[in-house]
Formats: sequence, C-alpha cells, structure tokens
Amino acid sequence: MSELGHGHEDEHGDDHGHHHKQTFITKYIFSQDHKMISKQYLITGLIMGFIGISMSLLFRMQLAWPGESFGIFETVLGKWAPDGVMDADVYLALVTIHGTIMVFFVLTAGLSGTFSNLLIPLQVGARDMASGFLNMVSYWLFFLSSIIMLSSLFIESGPASAGWTVYPPLSALPMAQSGSGLGMTLWLVAMTVFIASSLLGSLNYIVTVLNLRTQGMSMTRMPLTIWAFFVTAIIGVISFPVLLSAGLLLLMDRSFGTSFFLSDIFIQGEVLHYQGGSPVLYEHLFWFLGHPEVYIVILPAMGIVSEVMAVNARKPIFGYRAMIASIIAIAFLSTIVWGHHMFLSGMNPFLGSVFTFTTLLIAIPSAVKSFNWITTLWKGNLQLNTGMLFSIGMVSTFITGGLTGIILGDSTLDINVHDTYFVVAHFHLVMGISALYGLFAGVYHWFPKMFEGKMMNKNLGYVHFWITAVGSYGIFFPMHFVGMAGVPRRYYENTAFPMFDELTDVQVLMTVFALITAGAQLIFAFNFVRSIFYGKVGPKNPWNATTLEWTTELKHIHGNWEGAIPHVYRWPYDYSKTDDNGEYIIASQDFVPQTVPMKDDEEELHH
Amino acid sequence: MDSTVTTGTNEKVWGGGNQPLNASYGKLMMWFFLVSDALTFSGFLAAYGFSRFKFIESWPIADEVFTHIPFFHGNYPMYYVAFMTFILIMSSVTMVLAVDAGHKMKKNAVIWYLFLTVIGGAIFVGSQAWEWATFISGDHGAVETRSGRILQFVNADTGERASLADFAKTLPSERTVHENKNGLWFTAEGYMPSYSLAEIEAGLKEHSNIVIRTEDIHQEGEHMGHKTVLSREASLEKIKDGKYVVEGANLIHNEYGNRLFADFFFFITGFHGFHVFSGVIFNLIIFFNVILGTYEKRGHYEMVEKVGLYWHFVDLVWVFVFTFFYLV
Repeated sequence: MSELGHGHEDEHGDDHGHHHKQTFITKYIFSQDHKMISKQYLITGLIMGFIGISMSLLFRMQLAWPGESFGIFETVLGKWAPDGVMDADVYLALVTIHGTIMVFFVLTAGLSGTFSNLLIPLQVGARDMASGFLNMVSYWLFFLSSIIMLSSLFIESGPASAGWTVYPPLSALPMAQSGSGLGMTLWLVAMTVFIASSLLGSLNYIVTVLNLRTQGMSMTRMPLTIWAFFVTAIIGVISFPVLLSAGLLLLMDRSFGTSFFLSDIFIQGEVLHYQGGSPVLYEHLFWFLGHPEVYIVILPAMGIVSEVMAVNARKPIFGYRAMIASIIAIAFLSTIVWGHHMFLSGMNPFLGSVFTFTTLLIAIPSAVKSFNWITTLWKGNLQLNTGMLFSIGMVSTFITGGLTGIILGDSTLDINVHDTYFVVAHFHLVMGISALYGLFAGVYHWFPKMFEGKMMNKNLGYVHFWITAVGSYGIFFPMHFVGMAGVPRRYYENTAFPMFDELTDVQVLMTVFALITAGAQLIFAFNFVRSIFYGKVGPKNPWNATTLEWTTELKHIHGNWEGAIPHVYRWPYDYSKTDDNGEYIIASQDFVPQTVPMKDDEEELHH
Repeated sequence: MDSTVTTGTNEKVWGGGNQPLNASYGKLMMWFFLVSDALTFSGFLAAYGFSRFKFIESWPIADEVFTHIPFFHGNYPMYYVAFMTFILIMSSVTMVLAVDAGHKMKKNAVIWYLFLTVIGGAIFVGSQAWEWATFISGDHGAVETRSGRILQFVNADTGERASLADFAKTLPSERTVHENKNGLWFTAEGYMPSYSLAEIEAGLKEHSNIVIRTEDIHQEGEHMGHKTVLSREASLEKIKDGKYVVEGANLIHNEYGNRLFADFFFFITGFHGFHVFSGVIFNLIIFFNVILGTYEKRGHYEMVEKVGLYWHFVDLVWVFVFTFFYLV
C-alpha cells in the first residue's frame, strides 16, 4: 500500500510549478481547492447566520412587545403578520428555523466547514484535502441543503414549526399544525442532504489528518485546532447517522403511515390508526445526535481559541497534552449523556440519575480546558488583537454558560427550570455565543490566510467586539432570571399569566440589547466585505505565529507550497522560548516556527 | 532505555510523512463511512429493540411468521431465510477470494469471483423480494380488534392454525362494485378482504373446533413462550371485539400480530436490501472495470478491495438483522 501513498503525493507534487489554466467556474464555483471551499463555506455560513439572527430579532420583538403591530413584521412576514401583528404560527416557525439554521448551518457547517477546510491541509502540511472532489461535493450538498431549508420559508403552509428538535407527534402529523405539512417534509429532506454533506466533509478531515501530515508532523506536534477539528469530525461521523435514522423513521411515520413514534392519537375527535410507537424513542435517537452536536459546535471554537490565544499571549498553550486529552474526553463523554435532555420526558428516573452522573463528568475536561486557557493568559505578553479579544470573550461566556450547565445536568435541579428561559440562556451562552466568538476569532485571525494577505480593520473589529461582548451578556444574563421566575420557552406570548407581567421590562431590555448587538454584526459584515476588496495587505506572517500555514505564500496556489512541503521539527507552541542563557532561540524573535530544526542544546518542550 | 526505543518507533509510525495505518486515504474513508453507516443501522436496531421490548409479552413469534419456501406448501420455519443468509455469506467468501486474486494480479480469477459475488447478491435481493411478497400476501388471515390487537384462529382438534377460508361462512350479500362509470372515474375500488367480519363470526359459531388465539404470550406455566389460545366460550365472546379482517401485512395492518413488527420488518430489511442492491450495482461496475482492464493498467486492484469492504459490511449487518428479526 505504501507505494500508493507515494503515488498520491507525487501527483500533488507535480501540481505545483505549472498552473492549470482555471476558468471562473473551476476556480470560484466548482473548486476543488480547500482554500476556496473554505471561503464558500464561510460566506454561505455568514449569509445563513444573517438570516438566522434576523429571525431571532423578529421573535424577540414579539416577546418584548407582545401583540404590537410593527411595519417590519408586515414587510417581511406578509400574510403571517396581518396588520403587522405577528401570527402565533409564524412565531413558532421563526423559533424553529432560527434554531435549525444557527445550530446546523452556521455553527456546524459554517464553523467546522470553514476552518477545517482552511486549516487542516495548511497546518498539517498537505497540498490539499485527501479527496478534493468529495470535498467539493460536500460543499455543494451543504449549499443544496441550505436552499431546500430556505425554500421552505416560502411555501404556503409555512416552514417547520415544531422546534428545532422536531419532536413527534407534533412534527409527524400534518394536521397537527400548519408547519407540519410540506414545511416539515422539506426540513427533513434538507437535513438528510445536510447529513450527507457533513459525512463527506468529516471523512475528508479525518483521513487528511491521519494520512497527509508532513514529515515530522506527529500527532503531538499538531496545533490544537487540528486536534479539535479531527475529533469533531469523528463525533460527526458517529452521531449524525443516528439523526439520519431518526429522520428516516419520522419520514416513514409522516408519509407512509408507520407507527414508529406514534400511538393512540385523537385529532378533532377522530382516532388515528397509529398504534404502539413511542415519541420517547424519537427523543432518544434525536439526542444521541443532539448532544454530541453541541460539541461538534463548540470543539472547533475551542481549538481556534487555544491557537489564537497562544499566538497572542506569546506563550505556549498551557497543558498541551491535557488539552488533547480533554478534547478526547469531551468527545467520548458527549456520546453517553444524551438523556439529560429528557429528564422530564417520562424516561425512567433511574436512567435520569445515570445520565446526571455522566453529564457532571463532563465538567472535568471542560474545567481543565478553562483553567488551561486562563493559565495561558497568565503573565503572557498579551497582544490584544481582535481575534484575541474574541478568544478571551469565548472563555468568559463558556465559563458563564458552563456553570448553569451543572444545574441543568442534575436531574433533580433540572425539574425546576426545565423548558424555561434558563435553558435558553444556558445554551446560548455556552454553545451559541461561545461558538460564534470562536468563529469571529478565527475569521479575524485567519482572514489574511483566506484572502491573500489582506487584513481586516482592527478598529472596526474593536467596536464589533465590545458591542457584541456587552450586548450578548445583556441579552442572555437577564434571561437566566426570567427563566428562574418560570417563564417557559417557545411561548408566543406570556400575557395570559399575570405573574410574568413584571418581567416585561426585562424582556424589553433583552430585546433592545439583541437589536443593538445584531446591529453591531453589520459592522463586522461591512469590515469583512470591505477588507476582501480594500483590506491592507499585511506581512506573510502577520501574527508572528509558528504554525505551517504562515509559511505559504500570500498568493493562493493549488498545492499550497511552491516548492517541497516543509518538514516539521518541533511542536507548534514555541513562543518566547529561551535557552539556558535566557536568550531567545532565534535572536530577537520571540517565536520559533515549526519548520526550524531543533538547536543542538535546545530542550524540547512537552515531549 | 527500552521506553525511549518504543517512543522512537511510535514517532516513526505516527511521525508524519507516511500512512500510519498502512492504508490509502480511499480505504480509510471507506472504513469511516462504514462506521457511520453502522451507526445508522444501530439506530434502527436500537429502535427495534426498544419497541420490541415494550411489547415483549405479545411480540409475534418469528418461527410462526416466516414459514414458507418457494414452490412448496407446508410449514418450514426459517428454512428459506437460512438459505438466503447462506448465499449472502458465500458471496462474502467469493468476495474475499476476488480481493485475494486482485492482490496476486490474477485478472481472470478476479472476474470469476466478482461474477459469483454479483450472482450471490442478486439471489439475495431476489429472495428478499420474495420474502416481502410472501409476508405481504399473508398466510392464514386474522381479525383485528377495535383496540388494534390481532386475533388468529386455531383448530382445537389438531392445534394447528386455521385459515379464514377453512371456516368462514359465505353469507349472501349485495354490494355495488365500484366501476369507473358508477363512481369517481379516477379511483379504483380499494382492496377488500376475502371475507367480511360477519362471515368470520358466523363461521366461527358454526365450527365448534375453531378457537381464537390472541397475541399474548404465556409468561409461565407449561405453555410458556406460546401464544394464548382461548376456550370456545371465550372465543365467541372475543370475536365481538373484531373490527377488521386482516389478510397479510402492510405498514398499517399486520395479520401476524403487532403492526410495529411489520413496520420494522419492512423498514430495516428494506434499508438493508437497498444497501445490498447498491452493493450489487457497485460490484457490477467494478466487475466491468476489471474486464476492461482498468485496474490491470492502474497496477493494483484496490477498488475491488474497497467495494469488498462495503460488501462485507452489508453482509455483517445482515447477520445482525437476521439475528434480531428471525432468531431471537
């Protein structure tokens, strides 16, 4: 088999030097170059993010001013907002599609798809992904799935409205609500295509990391970004197919009359034929994906933060191997905790206590990571670049959101706040905002790598960061108290409950913060687009980082390196490393790139 | 010292610039794809286990469901599915031989063994279709009660299952047959069972040797593991709960017992059958490529190995499906 491998490398080896003439289509549309595919993922993800966040603004306005008439509602929702008052059905649809888009299309495909594609080949020293073709197919399936999901917004009966978890029977019976008709079918079809896309992408990421590392790039010399993407891809391969199982069974129930998830249902006085199925079965299957999914979302952000933080603190990441071990531990534990989403579903309470135990175990690797980030910052020579600010922000929101996870993971405590805004606040901080911060950190940090050396504007970045940081706490911190007061999630309005009247002001506060914070994202969008065209071209290695991606030329070529692929001689975190005399290893340079061979008297760190 | 040496070797295997698992990227991708597919099947089988466990006291007994073999009448439980399984496993064996011949670059041997593999796969898919057809057309027929339970009939003298035709009484009745000209021209008449519920009821009353067997399985005593057979009086009482006459099985009604049994049977064997079918297609493509000499020119038969991995996987999944649906 080894001669095959060399054959493969030679194939790529021939690639550099002479450039194939590329047409617009092969370069920008059906590109097989991982750098272009990563940009396609990022821009598609950002557009989806724009849509998803806009939806949240609409329903936040409904929550703050229930039943008020807004011109904007009438404009964008049309018949779903008669006289500008939001209809209850479309409220549910907005919540559902907001969740779906943000979790899958922005934070899974947009985050993992973008940075795995960009960084895996560049940081492990490969000419491209193992299979450029499958990589291209993966992106276009993602694109197709986005189109199907968005098209469901425009059908007459409206998009899926059963919540992003699409529990049956609500999602299974077309007559249960208008969104359970064609909209739900399109949702399931879109997700099936999405799973295929995610599978092809993940296979590529895993195999590239395993087989295409350059000479000297051992597993323990890989940057933590790569470790995070690698493990993320593995849990994707393990958990998404189970969502496929659940989705296909649900499709059968919806369209062919099987009873997998349905039993004894009366609608409008008529008994339906379904018998024997169990919606709890669906919940088990769904959350076997659903829980690993939140780690699929957060692990890439963690990897990005670890890397950006070490670079900008000019210090080695604290506890490199502990970081790897905790990534693996989190990935393993993520597959055995799904039941904590189902404490009140009628599942056996004994099983609840088992899931409580496994869930609380996750606090250990999570705490290891948090402390390691903080100790990486400790006494660092902090370069407060935008990417660094977002990385620090991510640690902050991850801890804040993680602490409430301890409460929700405990079955006895969970009862009190189950399905309230406390849960919403928890997961938005710990996975939503944290993963978005990771995404922003990555975009600011690797923007020069994506767009041939152009840098994003730093001052606009600062404005973006500070408004976002204050604003997102402004949205989600008060939300904890609303939740503790008992306000249930997913309700169109709470005006029927006088006990919640005094919380209306808090709802207004959160909505105002949401509007401001979302507005600040336009600064990012402006900065992003402007920098693509007019950004200042920075140096080849703008952040003085050690990793391999900064050894490539600014100009993108298919194959990444002009000459031979560089070899690697050290781990990626030799920042501010000194010899016995207290002098930097390379005079007047506080970092040693991975491609620099070890000096004779140099001691290897953490090996 | 020893440990340093070990680390050194590890560094060499995982040190980059090589293929640490000694497999090309394509083969690794196939392996990870199979991991993913295995989890999809696990999802289905776990769902099956969940549902079956829920109805553990009334789940249909596979030995009484799959009793036919083509061209023969009589009761041959499991014979045919054992044959199918044997064929599929043998096709895995020929696939191994094809891969092995590929390693040795023996083109003709690869062609023959792949051919046999394709034939084996085709026989399996065909048998599956026959199995479905038999399951759908049904065996003895049954009555479904208002609460969705199934009542089957037994000849009390022999203890053997009685078909509806054995005892149902033909009652004179008038019904208008739906034709294009007397109703909605674009709909055909729906499926009608051979006997009406009233005919079954009348027949049961007349035949003193026919009794009803319910879905419930005896959990203890001398009949442990067998379905409950009612007495004559209880049978005549029970038939009053009847709502439909069921012949055969589909996704909604199932004469063999719990409808989830049929739902999962169709879905899981269907999903597996789809895998076998696509496997046969892949094998055929590779088969023609081998004949055309594509891999001879390429210098290796790795594609045969990759489809071989898929084929073995499909075979392995069948072993589990067979175990859970037919054996236990």
